[in-house]
Amino acid sequence: MKISRKGFLQIGGLSLLAVAGKTAIAELLGKGEGETPSPPGAAAATRWAMVVDSAKCLEKDGCTDCINACNKAHNVPVINDPLHEVKWIWKEPFENALPSQESAYTEAKFRGKPVMVFCNHCDNPPCARVCPTKATWKREDGIVMMDWHRCIGCRYCVAACPYGSRSFNWVDPRPYVAELNPDFPTRTKGVVEKCTFCEERLYKGQAPVCVEACPEKALVFGNLADPKSEVRQLLESHYTIRRRPELGTQPDVFYLV
Amino acid sequence: MFMIEKAIVGSRRYWTWILFLLGVIGVGFVCYLRQLSYGLGITGMSRNVTWGLYIGQFTFLVGVAASAVMVVLPYYLHNHKEFTRMAILGEFLAISSVSMCMLFIFVDMGQPWRVLNVMLHPTPRSMMFWDMVSLGGYLALNAVIALVTLDAERKGVAPAAWIKPVILLSIPWAISIHTVTAFLYSGLPGRTFWLTAILAPRFLASAFASGPALLILLCMLLRKLTGYEVGTKAIRGLAVIVTYAMIINVFFLLMELFTSFYSQIPTMMEHFQHMYMGMEGHTSPLLFWGRASLALMAVALLLLLIPRTRRNERTLAVACAVTFLSLWIDKGVCLVVCGFTPSPLGAITPYVPTPPEIMISVGVWAVGALMITVFYKIALSVREGAEIWIEERAATPLPAVK
Amino acid sequence: MRDRGVIYTGLLIFLGLITFPVWHDLAAGTTSRGPEPILPAQEKQCVAPLGYMRTSHMNLLMDWRETVVRRDAHSFKAFNGKTYTMSLTGTCLTGCHTNKADFCDRCHNYAGVSVYCWDCHVDPKLARRSAK
Repeated sequence: MKISRKGFLQIGGLSLLAVAGKTAIAELLGKGEGETPSPPGAAAATRWAMVVDSAKCLEKDGCTDCINACNKAHNVPVINDPLHEVKWIWKEPFENALPSQESAYTEAKFRGKPVMVFCNHCDNPPCARVCPTKATWKREDGIVMMDWHRCIGCRYCVAACPYGSRSFNWVDPRPYVAELNPDFPTRTKGVVEKCTFCEERLYKGQAPVCVEACPEKALVFGNLADPKSEVRQLLESHYTIRRRPELGTQPDVFYLV
Repeated sequence: MFMIEKAIVGSRRYWTWILFLLGVIGVGFVCYLRQLSYGLGITGMSRNVTWGLYIGQFTFLVGVAASAVMVVLPYYLHNHKEFTRMAILGEFLAISSVSMCMLFIFVDMGQPWRVLNVMLHPTPRSMMFWDMVSLGGYLALNAVIALVTLDAERKGVAPAAWIKPVILLSIPWAISIHTVTAFLYSGLPGRTFWLTAILAPRFLASAFASGPALLILLCMLLRKLTGYEVGTKAIRGLAVIVTYAMIINVFFLLMELFTSFYSQIPTMMEHFQHMYMGMEGHTSPLLFWGRASLALMAVALLLLLIPRTRRNERTLAVACAVTFLSLWIDKGVCLVVCGFTPSPLGAITPYVPTPPEIMISVGVWAVGALMITVFYKIALSVREGAEIWIEERAATPLPAVK
Repeated sequence: MRDRGVIYTGLLIFLGLITFPVWHDLAAGTTSRGPEPILPAQEKQCVAPLGYMRTSHMNLLMDWRETVVRRDAHSFKAFNGKTYTMSLTGTCLTGCHTNKADFCDRCHNYAGVSVYCWDCHVDPKLARRSAK
């Protein structure tokens, strides 16, 4: 069979592309990993959610037990430089966390008071929508998960999150971790991280560390899809608000005010 | 085939420029190595302002890359012959710009060695995936077009017929690269500064003003340095395009200001207030840049609208420079930073690019400058060679693309 | 061939340089020694056969990584029927290979392989030391 050098090179190049593209095409056709985001509003067997009782949280002044527990359990670096800080759970003044509730006559009870904020694990997460590598995605049980092996550090998810829940590792975090917990990895510089609802504890039947650490039991965690769960009952008996609901993100963190 | 041999013979002036650029690239590269080892914390970006100079430059340069269509469209689609000597220069500007874009994205990444993950795990719902596809495709398209047309010119024949549909494809593709880049921003529910349908049209308008403005300046420079004449008609034609694009761009900006301030919605107003008016207690460096951009836009528009100043090539050069600068500030600096200020939690974090960050950006621009220098050298040498051949044989003019 | 002397000298220097790894290692006496990783004292059987682990432990770890992180599955049924929790630190390092420096690093250093696992995954020995 007579083939010119040019023709050979062309066929060779195309074959190489086809082989290299095999993975990509397979994933595009859905033969990749099993994770698919569940459509919003679909009935699910598990829908992890958190209810934050703001009044109970304010009982103990200056308390940071949940923050410390989270930082310790997950090797979250404590960086004093506000430009580079990494935080999974922290306190925001009421007006910043729940801005649409603000008015000149806001109840004195909450004005300027700190509210615990962390990733809302939205049902319709914009961060998961924009991630170009599926390094963050919505699991079937509702948790918006992070894969730190795949993250390319483009920070598109940080731009997409309307709540400021995500932190990027601007520097190597290890020097800023006081006590290394070997049961959980640290992250490396150049990836984005956030609260994961302690998914590494959930499969063992344990609650998130912040929930366990709270002395006032202000954080209630549970399965929204279970009608008998505490979170469901709280939602049915109390008025709760969520952060920026008008954006359609369907956050799964509810605030009792 | 790549005619690289044409780029390695040059005057002393040519080689001094090349060596200077290589020096700048070297310094930028060393700064980048420092960034790789320390992390992106070496830049001025922060938890609240997570994109800065790199992504701003990328956004601006996508516009410049797309603007090549403003020459390709009239020349190849509507046979406006006055752009004959300019078309190849526009294409090479596009290639250099797209390359710079991809470099800026690369230097902005936290884990750049994982960049192929975007291709290995394609995510059609992510606009960044489509951005990579469209930029890569545009680079490939323009590279093929430039190569084929220039090669044919060197041989003194018409380019192969199959290049015509490829050239026509590059026209909607050029529009799409900048639209996709705008989609990166305009679909984010939490960023009210960018969440506007007019962002993509604004991007295109400012692209079609800034890109051709740069091209006009480059043509004037080429004429001065090498005597290569694109023709007054081409420059004037392009100047009209810049004018219209600038008018549309300013009009769109005014539309944005109206919607934001007439509705009095705080989340819509606050970004413009921050950029143009200053907010109580915060005099950020962004205020200077925002106001400078507005002032320069006004000057540019004035110079472009008045026919006498637009036709006079010296004032046109000033107009183009001012146009380019005003839009570079608007898109390359203000757009990105202002989208993050205030943050979703209402925080105002000043962003000041650090010296390493600036040096890396300058290094990437130097790579683009190097590419365009080499490309123009090749193109002009090929053209000169072809013209000498024609003169010597008094043959008929070069056959055009059918 | 007036330059014969220069050419032969140059060739000799070149040969000397190119064979540097060979005679350097011979002099240092390291060629006969392999990596010599120290195997765990208690456990005699790994999660997979020795031959497989020698050639493909990285594939196993990648599999574990994908399964745990992306599919939220944590239980691994080994070839011999035993069940393990898929965790580099929790199972491999805590259960058996308690001294990373004596095991993992030995072969990696010998082969000149730099793995990035340890950028994130914490060596329990390191953690215990820092806690003190």
